[in-house]
Amino acid sequence: MGARVFAATLGQDVRLALAQAGGTLMPLMFFLVVLALFPLGLGSDSALLTRVAPAVAWVAALLAALLALDRLFGADFEDGTLDQLVTAGAPVALVALAKTLAHWLVTALPLVVASPIAGILFQLDGDAIARLALSLALGTPALSAIGTLGAALTVMVRRGGVLVPILVLPLLVPVLIFGVGAAAGGAQAMQAFYFVGALSMGALVVGPVATAAALRLAVA
Amino acid sequence: MHYLANPARFVSLADRLLPWLAAATALAFLVGLPYALLFSPPDYQQGETVRIMYIHVPSAYLATMGYLGLGIASAVWLIWRHPLADLAAVALAPVGALFTGLTLVTGAVWGKPTWGTWWVWDARLTSMLVLFFLYLGYMALREAIEDPDKAGKAAAILSLVGLINLPIIKFSVDWWNTLHQPASLLRRDGPAMDPSMLTPLLIMLGAFSLYFVTVILWRIKAAVAAKRVDGLRRARAHAAQRARTAA
Repeated sequence: MGARVFAATLGQDVRLALAQAGGTLMPLMFFLVVLALFPLGLGSDSALLTRVAPAVAWVAALLAALLALDRLFGADFEDGTLDQLVTAGAPVALVALAKTLAHWLVTALPLVVASPIAGILFQLDGDAIARLALSLALGTPALSAIGTLGAALTVMVRRGGVLVPILVLPLLVPVLIFGVGAAAGGAQAMQAFYFVGALSMGALVVGPVATAAALRLAVA
Repeated sequence: MHYLANPARFVSLADRLLPWLAAATALAFLVGLPYALLFSPPDYQQGETVRIMYIHVPSAYLATMGYLGLGIASAVWLIWRHPLADLAAVALAPVGALFTGLTLVTGAVWGKPTWGTWWVWDARLTSMLVLFFLYLGYMALREAIEDPDKAGKAAAILSLVGLINLPIIKFSVDWWNTLHQPASLLRRDGPAMDPSMLTPLLIMLGAFSLYFVTVILWRIKAAVAAKRVDGLRRARAHAAQRARTAA
């Protein structure tokens, strides 16, 4: 029962995102546009760009990932699918985990894959590009998990779009700090990689449980 | 705890406690303020500006304690559905946010003469800033959801996740700070404080805490009263409608 609901939720979200090209492409385009703005604002000094690249790429990824949260539960809530999912008898946390995984596959994974473009735009060397991509790969599950919670908490709010980043961004400060620390390299990069991975693991445990509570509240 | 589940019983207890608490708060400030601001010695390095500490440190303490209280009240509300817990959370959030704001402002005012700039990305100030954002998010979510019961529960879920996250934020900001500022402006261990400054600081901590408890009790009492007024108004509106449909 649980596994079937999990697979159905995940499959539906991924198929929907692939059917409307905007689903996966829009956050990716947003990511690239924001990245291109920074050299325009900061100037073309390549030493400066190389130094700020990890932070800029991470902040851009953070914002791009949040952008896609707006409609994560919106359509399901409006047409009653959410009621069905919550009352189907499967653990609601599994539904929440499926939504988190769908968000990661549809939104975050393309950002990870596209991050070497950021590296090239900001003139990073091969090692730095690899570190950036790996830190994003390790850290984005936490963004998806906490972001899903933010989306679930605001599903009852008519205009919840701006509210989600306000709720979610302060909670994601540690992920940003360790993610940038890992991407930036240096003596403590290894330590930061471990912490980013730990944060994602923790968020994948706490996030779906809290999201389930929020979803039960939304359909009650 | 079940004894207090009855709001009327809580109100009568609060009514008995509040005069004593208010008097104790006034007394503590009456002793603490002149002691801290006039009679304690100036610092040998910072001079008179060190007196900002007597406001800054108690504010920071209550800002953190306020969020801890918010998280505990939320847990009690979610688990036991204790009616007072939600009212306590409503009462706590703006007061905690206020003390967090006060910590940031006094930190900036202290930073200007000591560090030569209003704002330094010092680990403690940065943690306080994130805490301020957590408070704002809590209040924004509560405000945005129309159904007060659902608003309370959604905000409670958020504050619990925030409470779990708070030590992680603190740890990450400390890590980030040592990475970027190997020679911190504030010494990490700090010199052991002389009793001539520690005593007024402790008195001020007590005064601020008494003020905090007094205000929170007051606000819960006001919330109970507001709920009762709301209930009466609804009952009257229902009665009026029934009379109209009957007529």
